[in-house]
Amino acid sequence: MSSQALVEIRDVNFAYDSRPILKGVNLTFPKGKVIAVMGGSGCGKTTLLQLIGGALKPSGGYVKVDGQVIHELDHKGLYHMRRRMGMLFQFGALFTDMSVYDNVAFQMREHTDLPEEIIRDLVLMKLHAVGLRGTHHLMPAELSGGMARRVALARTVALDPMLVMYDEPFAGLDPISLTVVGNLIRRLNDALGATSVVVTHDVQESLKIVDYIYFIADGVVVAEGTPAEISTSDKPFVHQFVHGEMDGPVPFHYPGGDYGQDLNLRPGR
Amino acid sequence: MKRTTLDLWVGIFVVAGLGALAVLALKVGNLSTYNMSESYQLQAHFSNIGGLKPQASIKSSGVLVGRVAQISLDPERYEAKVTMTIDKRYQFPKDTFANILTSGLLGEQYIGLIPGGDEAFLKAGDEIKKTQSAVVLEDLISRFLYSKAEDSKQVDKQPN
Amino acid sequence: MIVENLRFLGHRIVNAVWRMGYASRFFMLILFYSGTSFRRFHLTIRELFSSGVMSLIIILVAGTFVGMVLGLQGYETLKRYGSESALGSLVALSLVRELGPVLAALLFASRAGSAMTAEIGLMKATEQISAMEMMAINPMARVVAPRFWAGVISMPLLSALFSAMGVFGGYVVGVVLIGVDEGSFWSQMQAGVDFQHDIVNGMIKSFVFGVAVTAIALFEGYDAPPTAEGVSGATTRTVVESSLTILFLDFILTAFMFQGE
Ligand SMILES: Nc1ncnc2c1ncn2[C@@H]1O[C@H](COP(=O)(O)OP(=O)(O)O)[C@@H](O)[C@H]1O
Ligand SMILES: [Mg+2]
Repeated sequence: MSSQALVEIRDVNFAYDSRPILKGVNLTFPKGKVIAVMGGSGCGKTTLLQLIGGALKPSGGYVKVDGQVIHELDHKGLYHMRRRMGMLFQFGALFTDMSVYDNVAFQMREHTDLPEEIIRDLVLMKLHAVGLRGTHHLMPAELSGGMARRVALARTVALDPMLVMYDEPFAGLDPISLTVVGNLIRRLNDALGATSVVVTHDVQESLKIVDYIYFIADGVVVAEGTPAEISTSDKPFVHQFVHGEMDGPVPFHYPGGDYGQDLNLRPGR
Repeated sequence: MKRTTLDLWVGIFVVAGLGALAVLALKVGNLSTYNMSESYQLQAHFSNIGGLKPQASIKSSGVLVGRVAQISLDPERYEAKVTMTIDKRYQFPKDTFANILTSGLLGEQYIGLIPGGDEAFLKAGDEIKKTQSAVVLEDLISRFLYSKAEDSKQVDKQPN
Repeated sequence: MIVENLRFLGHRIVNAVWRMGYASRFFMLILFYSGTSFRRFHLTIRELFSSGVMSLIIILVAGTFVGMVLGLQGYETLKRYGSESALGSLVALSLVRELGPVLAALLFASRAGSAMTAEIGLMKATEQISAMEMMAINPMARVVAPRFWAGVISMPLLSALFSAMGVFGGYVVGVVLIGVDEGSFWSQMQAGVDFQHDIVNGMIKSFVFGVAVTAIALFEGYDAPPTAEGVSGATTRTVVESSLTILFLDFILTAFMFQGE
């Protein structure tokens, strides 16, 4: 399997200042698959994507993409690698001063010398793929949340990347848009022959579209498996997550010292 | 690449800005009277230049003929040495008289050239020999007061 | 108590020096990545529109009014010495040497500078800058540098327009309304204003102001914390810092340029 792995994450450690976020995680993303990385808010999912994209450097271990260790690349090498990656940011991050068309055309114009007619066809094809060809003349502010996410999706895959990363693509979407975006992720991955990583905490939607799931908690991978394995798992953590229970291994309280002390309750009063 | 209305506006902006600069240079400033290639330089010594400054005008019969290029103190003669840039179109006789004058009572100081009758003209680098210094207001006033005092002394004496 | 205050002060100073260093590096990076701004000049043209063209109205109107005030005040003062004819020279000299560059730059800082800061700050807050980086496009070259050069190009043009409108305003008040002799108004102006000494120096001033204001505005935007308060605070800082910088630089430049008088 490792011969077909596009992304290998080995013993990666990462800390902001002195606060450890990731404590030795190991993940493997085989070529052509859609992988979900799940975990509670603040467990380091976005951080993990930034490590893959080379925006952050691990303090230990390495991230290998297509056989190259990301943090050992120089500026040029990294930019070269990033051209083959696409990243959908949490809130789309569309360029607000450009029309939908220009947003999707952006990377084609920056990175290729294609004539404008071909760019036009490509842009309309990408927009058609997400079902929004008719919006090409609109500004991002004129789109609904779900539409903006789909335009961002079209922009992410504009240059047919080999690796597509989605950071919480379902956040803030209504159930219909959510299903639409979920299906698009799967369809685009298969159409492009790409590998996709979906960072999310939407278990139900991901179980439908992904090939493999990793759970991260407390900086380590606590569970992994195919959707079938996950949905029947009786691991307490997975069970809590899949069924959205409040009590379980994931604590409701952020660590915060002694409650009584915080409220100035002293014994003997 | 297509031309857009945006390009047009930026074009208007740039043209207007450069136009404003041209107006400043030609109408407000003195670029229209600059003719560096078509000029020559003369020197003159003055015992006192008063408030004359570089770039002050040089006039003859009230017509602007050049500008003061440089002012320095001649270390041998202890006099002000003034270098003037004169328009090539104007030639002055060798015995031209250079005068530091004031426009109005408190106005700018300038150099007035009064041509003499010599047949030969001043050439580039020549010196104007006949000069008259600036009238310094303080000197004028003290001279005036002094002569008043003299007058009143005489008046005082007379009845005796 | 004293130790605490000292520590606080020391912390502030260290922070300020740190920021200065960061700002200098940022400025160097702008220059380093400026190639794109000229190779793909339409990027800069776009920004010329939003910083230059959008500032036109305020500059033209303000310039005219300032010139009119100068005409009125100058006339009242000069009249006492019987030298009303010097009005043209007074109005023009004040404008091209000082008021044009300084006031145009102050207006530019609050009109275009603050907008630049807010725009870059919001682009950062909404992850547009990070998105660009992930697309292997350098935001310094693509976003920051074109805005910088647009500001640097706009500033002298705006300042020239301000001065020209000011002279026009002074002319309207002095000659048309009050009745100063038109001939002496223009001739005194031409005699008093030297191209190299006054106009070119004034343009140099506004070029320097343009560099300062735009660099501050862009730095504050780029350095803004990616939150609503962060961006609004940065916008305020842009106006305050660039106004003070303009006045300070004006003093320095004036001392250098006009010391020989
Ligand atoms: N730039 C940063 N500086 C310091 N801490 C950060 C920074 N970005 C994120 N963190 C912290 O790192 C942890 C993981 O963040 P993130 O990867 O964004 O979580 P999520 O899984 O929700 O995407 C969070 O607790 C967050 O507070
Ligand atoms: Mg996140």
